[in-house]
Amino acid sequence: MPAIDLSALRAQVAALARGTRRSAAAAALPFGIPAIDRHLPGGGLALGAVHEVAGGGPEVEHGAAAALFAAGLLARRPGPVLWIHGRRDLFSAGLAGAGLDPGRLVLVRTRRGALQAMEEGLRHPDLAGVVCDCEGRLDLVASRRLQLAAEASDVLGLVLRQSRRFADPALVAPSAATSRWRITSLPSPPPLAHAADVPGLGRARWSLALLRCRGAEPATWTVEAPDAQGRLALAAVLADRSLAPAALRVLAG
Amino acid sequence: MPLAQAQAMVPELLTVDATPADDAAALDRLAAWCLRLSPMTAADRPDGVWIDVTGCTHLQGGETSMLEALSGHLAGSGLTARIAIADTPGAAHALARHGERSVTIVDPGAQDAALAPLPVQALRIGDGQTADLRRLGLDTIGQLAGAARGPLARRFGNALLTRLDQATGRVREPIQPVLPPEIIVVRRGFIEPLSTAEAFATVILVLVAEACTVLERRGEGARRLDLVFERVDGTTQLVQIGTSRPVRDVRHLARLLDERIETVDPGPGVEAMRLVLPLVETLAPAQRADGLMQRADGLAPGGTEAADLSVLIDRLVNRLGPDTVYRLRSVESDVPERSQRPVPVHAAPEAPSQPVSPEPPASWLHPGPRPVRLLDRPEPIEALAMMPDHPPRAFTWRRVRHRIVRADGPERITGEWWWRANELTAVRDYWAVENQDGRRFWLFRQGDGVDPGTGGLAWFLHGFF
Repeated sequence: MPAIDLSALRAQVAALARGTRRSAAAAALPFGIPAIDRHLPGGGLALGAVHEVAGGGPEVEHGAAAALFAAGLLARRPGPVLWIHGRRDLFSAGLAGAGLDPGRLVLVRTRRGALQAMEEGLRHPDLAGVVCDCEGRLDLVASRRLQLAAEASDVLGLVLRQSRRFADPALVAPSAATSRWRITSLPSPPPLAHAADVPGLGRARWSLALLRCRGAEPATWTVEAPDAQGRLALAAVLADRSLAPAALRVLAG
Repeated sequence: MPLAQAQAMVPELLTVDATPADDAAALDRLAAWCLRLSPMTAADRPDGVWIDVTGCTHLQGGETSMLEALSGHLAGSGLTARIAIADTPGAAHALARHGERSVTIVDPGAQDAALAPLPVQALRIGDGQTADLRRLGLDTIGQLAGAARGPLARRFGNALLTRLDQATGRVREPIQPVLPPEIIVVRRGFIEPLSTAEAFATVILVLVAEACTVLERRGEGARRLDLVFERVDGTTQLVQIGTSRPVRDVRHLARLLDERIETVDPGPGVEAMRLVLPLVETLAPAQRADGLMQRADGLAPGGTEAADLSVLIDRLVNRLGPDTVYRLRSVESDVPERSQRPVPVHAAPEAPSQPVSPEPPASWLHPGPRPVRLLDRPEPIEALAMMPDHPPRAFTWRRVRHRIVRADGPERITGEWWWRANELTAVRDYWAVENQDGRRFWLFRQGDGVDPGTGGLAWFLHGFF
């Protein structure tokens, strides 16, 4: 029986499963959080692909956390960033706070031509990424076009879905994007864990939900919002719970 | 009068160096602008413009209305002009400078009478000759014209009489017209009418290649291109594109034009295509890209970021409109909505916005919390807060009540009274707050909560984290 190179075979199967023309060795942008990177195929957010990001609940209207998420990702990629938006509500100081230098931004203000402009940008290999504030539908044909454009150029494409309605059915309609994320704010812990009554705000806390991804199961993580270099961090969920009762009993005994 | 003497007499005298070269260039531009009135115009240094309006005035509704329109245009662009129309350039020149009215029209054949009362220096002769003529008692052109020609020619030479004859029309005086800048036009006619997009694309490539050859020879790049489709039925279809910087790259220009083919209605067929470059700018000759390294997408290899992005930017601008693509520039202002400003995408990164700014350019980062989305206009909310500087306990925005669990603030931002006088006492107190669900908002209150002059204590929502 001839020796079979199992790893090559696995890569071939993985490529088939993804249903794309991309090679198995496609680059990915790691989150820097082992728990998330291990979960995703390729060890991070795939480059040369389109990802959907939406806010959860009422946050879907402005998508501030989604924008911060995108800014944090692109802060760790070199090159100019094309950001297409319809509302003119991006604030440069906030983007800079997540590590994305606003001087790298080329902004396009359009509503109707947003997806067209995004496709144009995704064809351009010198961009670090293309972000599109997309209010409205993203159907299979449009998302497939974006995905193919991104695959040809290895540019990271992020569609920030926005909607003026809660639970908009357009947001859960199928699309050809590689992955779909939902970011919901969670109550953050006190800024100083040992002194709960000190006023102030610590790092924001998000529930980062991977709703759909080619080659990975849906999953949810609790993370801390991007720091000044754009890095997320896994929230220490246990840190602000009360001590386990068992330990207390031992102390009492 | 020497400058030193003038300054001694008027100590606060404002002096500006004369720039004759700039004046001459401006006069040339004015002469070129006057080409709209007539095909023959010329700059008459140092202070005049000739326009040969022979056979052109009826297009403007007659001489009177043409002069009215001309003086109106000139006044609109800040120029004070004296204008005269006469049979000869010499007479028009004299009447424009020495006539009684600022606009003079001399009827055909009447220039002798019109010139007679003018002083002799109106004849474009030197000061020395003028003084000599005065000494002889010849003060006006009429007296000069009545004098015997022989002695005058012996004493002053032929130049004086030539000037006189040019003014009265006995000697013709041609004017040296300015040439309108040559516009590049490339045209292709077809034996059979074309109507398919593929055929148009092929012709576009040929036209653009030809135009780019001319551009390369002249050291220029195109900023605007008009592609005219001449249809069989005698009508035309127009495609216009612009570029963000001078371009003479065949692929780039052809691609921009190709994208607009779909807007063309070929109708019964297109029998000719004409490419016109109405706006070109100087473009230094560049080293050509090595063919071996050309990338699959046709872009030049390597290159700077800006050069490569210009292809993308041109395509977006031509598709979406010129004001839709921009960059942000940070402005030194504490007022959030003023701290960033859209600038054209190819503006120099560090152009001085204020004339004197010794500090380094403003940084993007702000030490305080800053939201990632900022509302264009802050939305009014109802908030419940203890005066003067306690964080709000709850607020109602769009009829939804948010209970505030954590807050950071206040961050006081004062009005920029050095720009706007009405902001002398204005104050905003900003709070970054988190509600019971973990959503974070950026709120502010007008006023410091103590002095009513600083603001009306109304609360607003300004951004989202």
